[in-house]
Amino acid sequence: MTGVEDVGIIGIGIHPFGRHPGVPGLEMAAVAARSALSDAGVRWEEIDFAAGGSDAAGNADTTVAALGLTGIPFINVKNGCATGGSALTTAHAMLSAGAADLALVVGFDKHPPGAFNPLPEDWGLGSWYGETGLMLTTQFFAMKIQRYMSEHAISASTLAKVAAKAFRNGAANPNAWRRKPLSEQEILSSRMLNHPLTQYMFCSPGEGAVALVLARGKRLRDSPQRTVYLRSVAFRTRKFGSFEVFSPSIPIQSAPSPTAEAAAAAFAQAGIGPDDVDIAQLQDTESGAEVMHLAETGLCQHGEQELLIQSGATEIAGRLPVNTDGGCLANGEPIGASGLRQVHEIVLQLRGEAGARQTPEPRRVGFTQVYGAPGVSACAVLSR
Amino acid sequence: MSLAAAKPIAEGLFVHAGGEVRLLGSQCGQCGVVTFPKQASCPRCTSLDVSDRLLSRQGTLWSWTIQCFPPKSPPYALDDPDAFEPFGVGYVELPGEVRVEALLTIADPEKLRIGMRMELTPIPAPGAEGSGVVTYAFQPADEAIS
Repeated sequence: MTGVEDVGIIGIGIHPFGRHPGVPGLEMAAVAARSALSDAGVRWEEIDFAAGGSDAAGNADTTVAALGLTGIPFINVKNGCATGGSALTTAHAMLSAGAADLALVVGFDKHPPGAFNPLPEDWGLGSWYGETGLMLTTQFFAMKIQRYMSEHAISASTLAKVAAKAFRNGAANPNAWRRKPLSEQEILSSRMLNHPLTQYMFCSPGEGAVALVLARGKRLRDSPQRTVYLRSVAFRTRKFGSFEVFSPSIPIQSAPSPTAEAAAAAFAQAGIGPDDVDIAQLQDTESGAEVMHLAETGLCQHGEQELLIQSGATEIAGRLPVNTDGGCLANGEPIGASGLRQVHEIVLQLRGEAGARQTPEPRRVGFTQVYGAPGVSACAVLSR
Repeated sequence: MSLAAAKPIAEGLFVHAGGEVRLLGSQCGQCGVVTFPKQASCPRCTSLDVSDRLLSRQGTLWSWTIQCFPPKSPPYALDDPDAFEPFGVGYVELPGEVRVEALLTIADPEKLRIGMRMELTPIPAPGAEGSGVVTYAFQPADEAIS
């Protein structure tokens, strides 16, 4: 074995996604944490490191008051859509360095209905940018896929198929928010929000929480049959030339996206390639994102998505199932919880405990990718 | 409304020069990178040797969308959703310089296509009609003749 210790996920917990009036985000976090501890067969006082966060629902370490004040080192993370991925990166580093034996990672959030309304000043932009109606993530996603469709011959039907798959998979997931299947036609003819993206091609800000228990060494060997190894986790921010949200201008000279960089780093660290991936959870804040992230992560070539998606290869029974729990489209996007939801789903799938949405064998290697403003991405490689 | 009477929505974003509106960017003296709006250091090579540059008024449409729903206010200046009209947004590539994000003067998807020639024009700032406050936008270059 190498000098770096194996790190595994031995417990997972989730608070259902959706709308939960009267339930604070921190309470959802505590529910998810207790559920993960119980799944791992570990007591809270045995956990010797924790990391977690939310974007808009409070400090993660406040959950310790609900779980018990044990003096545990707890790092609060606030890193936009990469909050969960950053918390996971931190815990993975602590364990693989031997600085902790058992770690808890928690992500949660609670957002009001409607599109996010960030303020320009928080993003280094003048107030004019928001006053003139440019401060919308939905515009960026629309313009990115619009350009991509013209360069790589992706059809509107493919965008609709991505959303139809998400709602179909969500219908088979008891923890999902949107559980009603929608046809490709219903999706295409729903209200246009930002050309070429219609209402049902976008996810909505929502609520939910996810927690994971990570272990190394002896604690890992205690429960080998249910362990899913976290082979690597990498996160990156944007490089000069990458096309990102909230950009009053972009350079003509282009550069790989933070997702491409993070995915390449995660695969290199794991010694596992994109061709080995059996199942993937990709950031699908709208259908176009899933299409583009498929190629940015290296899971296919640019332009190959049209055939892959039209042929059903990314369906649960397909060659490369993608977003088997319904993704952001069916689960909504509680920012702090989203990245960890992806890992939760991979663990369920690799264990063979995904119920009605279980993917067929082989299922040895899973991959997750989360992306957020203003150009951050976190990717992880998991295996049995 | 005369150009001279118009009040820019923000200082240093665009200027009136020679009877025209020009976007004000910056250029790095070390690596040549052009940015908009102007900034005090180079985002590529970190150099502080940057100077103001008036950007080209013409370019081609690199990508676009139509904003079909009213943005939340704040930060959007127009806080009456009933008065909202969809508007176009795009990136216009100024050859050899930079791709600039801008409002578009047309909101009809049938009239927008990637690669079409566009030209800079001042328009009344959203929510500020009648006040003389203007922002920048791009219109199809063919419309600029009239």
